[in-house]
Amino acid sequence: MGFFIETLIGGLMAGMLYSLVALGFVLIFKSSGVFNFAQGAMVLFAALAMARFSEWANAALGGNSLFLANLIAFVGAGATMWLVAWAVERFVLRKLVNQEGATLLMVTLGITYILEGVGQTIFGSEIYNIDVGMPKEPVMMFESLFEGGILINKEDFIAALIAALLVGLLTLFFQKTPVGRALRAVADDHQAALSIGIPLNRIWVIVWLVAGVVALVAGIIWGSKLGVQFSLATVALRALPVVILGGLTSVPGAIVGGLIIGVGEKLSEVYLGPMVGGGIEIWFAYVLALVVLLFRPQGLFGEKIINRV
Amino acid sequence: MSRKIGDVILDLQNISLRFGGVKALTDISFDIREHEVRAIIGPNGAGKSSMLNVINGVYHPQEGKIFYRGAERKKMEPHMAASTGIARTFQNIALFKGMSVLDNIMTGRTLKMKSNMLLQAMWFGPAQKEELAHRRKVEEIIDFLEIQHIRKTPVGRLPYGLQKRVDLGRALAMEPQILLLDEPMAGMNVEEKQDMCRFILDVNDQFGTTIVLIEHDMGEGMDISDRVVVLDYGKKIGDGLPDEVRSSPEVIKAYLGAGH
Repeated sequence: MGFFIETLIGGLMAGMLYSLVALGFVLIFKSSGVFNFAQGAMVLFAALAMARFSEWANAALGGNSLFLANLIAFVGAGATMWLVAWAVERFVLRKLVNQEGATLLMVTLGITYILEGVGQTIFGSEIYNIDVGMPKEPVMMFESLFEGGILINKEDFIAALIAALLVGLLTLFFQKTPVGRALRAVADDHQAALSIGIPLNRIWVIVWLVAGVVALVAGIIWGSKLGVQFSLATVALRALPVVILGGLTSVPGAIVGGLIIGVGEKLSEVYLGPMVGGGIEIWFAYVLALVVLLFRPQGLFGEKIINRV
Repeated sequence: MSRKIGDVILDLQNISLRFGGVKALTDISFDIREHEVRAIIGPNGAGKSSMLNVINGVYHPQEGKIFYRGAERKKMEPHMAASTGIARTFQNIALFKGMSVLDNIMTGRTLKMKSNMLLQAMWFGPAQKEELAHRRKVEEIIDFLEIQHIRKTPVGRLPYGLQKRVDLGRALAMEPQILLLDEPMAGMNVEEKQDMCRFILDVNDQFGTTIVLIEHDMGEGMDISDRVVVLDYGKKIGDGLPDEVRSSPEVIKAYLGAGH
């Protein structure tokens, strides 16, 4: 029993991180109808900026305060993502208003390569560390309840907390503030949003900025876990099935989808793995997404697709 | 009626609009006076919606001039019409379906919100006070349109007639000078039509809003109008008081076909 719960918690925490990346996809898709393939590249780009800024700030401060250096780096990386958002709107989206979804998807593929290339040109292409002082050692909990207790990875736990906090803040932002309301309005109907004077251009910058900040947080968490390297860009691919499972247009869907996949991966690896020779974790999410596509193409929480005939 | 019709607020002169080789509007001139209810009617494909989109700044006519409050209007972006005091409703309701009635109407206040976007985002200090003030205004509109009981309902769940009313509410929340109504009565039953007519007249009467409404046929829309423009195949074939227009041979021909 203790082992089952341990696996479950491990899965939930991993799932929270998937949710975070998936959220970036959903935010942009909801408000501009663009499936942003570049989300993974944005994670890499943000993490690179964070790692190098922190390194430079630390050197400039003489290595006295890692916290201050990280804070400066975070603000710097945030500003960098704002620049990215602005550039994407100004040079790409503005020219492509009212284009087909497929066209926009291809464009985000282009943005992916540009971000990866520019990122590594500016910040370098080696493996960098992000050290935000995450505790690395695992702890034992509930030893009195279960035999042998439950082993929890502190780093994962904190990361999951941060992700949950961010998700909560974003939900508040979207549901309760005037800017969030404008964003939801744009997501629902471009024409109507224009007619009441909501400037689409500015809204798109805000959305890409929010997605950029989400990418930054995801980049910091994954980066401090695995090191900042090129493979971070493929983290986004792991979030793809999450979005399909949860529904492309649903914020709660991204969260629940992430949790389901996180838990499913871990549990299936542990309990089904031995029967088929292991390695389930790698393909489980994709197969689950495929099954969902067969029965609910809009995802668990997505809007039902109804076409007027 | 207590209201007084004022000077010309919007003057359209020799407007021609083409999409490639298709002539949507040909050499159309008419004016709209302050505080009046002005109808644009015409059969399918007459160019009514194109006309509305010209007024709204979405389409830019190749020829012709538009004078708004005495000054010639420059080419503008679609979202700028709102800030110059022109609001609109849509023929195929374009509400924000996932949002409640209240939120939908609140979006109409977007331009009236003055505090910094960042403060708004953080829901802080002056921004909060401002939001409450706007909320009060929106509640007035909700009372006015008699939709108090559905203010928290997502608009996607409402029947058609009520959705149209919310659409009107969102436009009213902008406190516009000119309100463009794109077939406000289309697809409604008799009772809903009567309600809508009453609201349009009340808006005109109580707020003094200039109203431009598009209608497909010579029905209710025309009865509540002060003056009517008739379009057919992108050309103006009639302009005047409802009764004059109704008895004009050219208008009758356009609606009933030749031979009558």
